[in-house]
Amino acid sequence: MAPLSINHLNVFYGETPALADICWDVAPGLTAIIGPNGAGKSTLLKAALGLIPSTGEVRFFGTTLDAARARIGYLPQRASVDWDFPASALDVVAMARTPRTRWWGALPRREREAARAALAEVGMAALAERPIGQLSGGQQQRVFLARCLAQEADLLLMDEPLAAVDAATEREIIKVLQKLATTGRSVVAVHHDLASVPDIFEHALMLNGRVVAAGRVADVFTPAMITTTYGAGLAA
Amino acid sequence: MITHNTLVVVLGCAALGVAAGAVGCFALLRGRALLADAMGHAALPGVVAAALLGAWWGTDPRALPPLLIGGAIAGALGLWAVQALSATGRIRQDAAIAVVLASFYALGVVGLSVVQAMPAGAQAGLSHFILGQAATMRAEDAWAAGLLALFCLASTVALFPRLRALCFDAEFAALQGLNIRRTDAALMGLILLVCIAGLPAVGLVLVVALLVLPAATARMLNQRLPGMFMASAALGGISGVLGALLSAGHAGWPTGAAVVLVGTAFFVASLMLRRA
Repeated sequence: MAPLSINHLNVFYGETPALADICWDVAPGLTAIIGPNGAGKSTLLKAALGLIPSTGEVRFFGTTLDAARARIGYLPQRASVDWDFPASALDVVAMARTPRTRWWGALPRREREAARAALAEVGMAALAERPIGQLSGGQQQRVFLARCLAQEADLLLMDEPLAAVDAATEREIIKVLQKLATTGRSVVAVHHDLASVPDIFEHALMLNGRVVAAGRVADVFTPAMITTTYGAGLAA
Repeated sequence: MITHNTLVVVLGCAALGVAAGAVGCFALLRGRALLADAMGHAALPGVVAAALLGAWWGTDPRALPPLLIGGAIAGALGLWAVQALSATGRIRQDAAIAVVLASFYALGVVGLSVVQAMPAGAQAGLSHFILGQAATMRAEDAWAAGLLALFCLASTVALFPRLRALCFDAEFAALQGLNIRRTDAALMGLILLVCIAGLPAVGLVLVVALLVLPAATARMLNQRLPGMFMASAALGGISGVLGALLSAGHAGWPTGAAVVLVGTAFFVASLMLRRA
């Protein structure tokens, strides 16, 4: 059963089509979504997750989004939240466990330990109590990744997990992604750095308002396909 | 020596402050301060319409509950107008807020002059809704404010995890199955409730300060939400007490303005404390 299966998905921004007739089955393992700016990469993730309106059919693990909610993790773009919010790194990660919290919001100890473990996994255990506003950009991204991990999902959708992070954080995040794949999880990540695609990912979706190509990186990530996806200017 | 009258005003203002502080904490984090201001101003035509209706009907046009219900309806209408205007995509939300705030308020001011031209003193006290007059608070008004404070505290505490998730990252919360629309509506309802309840005492011009000042001060003094929430409610209550006492000691100082000035003093003090 494909972790995510999209059939004839269309998204419009006003009159303009942002995504046209997307049909795509996500294979287990690590998958990159690549394409130029405005290709609809983030839009595809958000539409699949029901965060923006779309037409077409989206199935997660062969069932509906509502039925599969607990098995899906999401890492939004870092700029999408208020980093001045009064919360520690641990508080943010613990929010992934909100469905399991008591009514007043105090976390049971087991949930708190799970959040701590997720922070440790991204190398942030020492900064658990630090206010999120005092973290560097790379550290904030790690906190976001930890929150995504704490969801204990089988499919993780990530919107640019490696955007604007330092080299150390990038290595750390890639390590986490690969560990997820070896433990049977699937990851779909919007990715910008074409050079690193073959090193990190097994599968790729090449997107430009429509599906240009999808499949194993070895098969679809070819100079000709890259030219088709990005236009002639980028065929380096 | 504190008179019975002063005690009523002090307790009423304290309760109002606690309610506004608790709700204001989330109003601030959700970026709803301007919207609250618009709702306060938008209430005026509703208050005036309720007074006109009362005079025409032959009931006491100065009875508070009908006036507040009228204000609440107009405030909710103003909120709906802001959202409908922003949804057209033709103007941004800040402009929509300005348009609604000004036009509803202007309508209310015109309505006030119509009421003033009427006999039977129907207008008596109506202009107090603009700048507030806590000094006329009666015991039952203070009790009502106390109930309001209890209700606001209980609601915000019960909704605490949901409101936190909504304010920090609404998309993520939606993905976890939180009903964003309903949670947001609950928060807007609480904000409207506080705005309307604060009208007679603080006035529509200043009521937004009750929501924003304690919350902004509490944010500077706290790095985590539970602390900020408790500090905000406490600061709201303390500002209410000190403001009411100040105005009782200086005949002529409007209570609402005194409460807001005390809140501002705390705000400035915490600003300096944080810079030091």
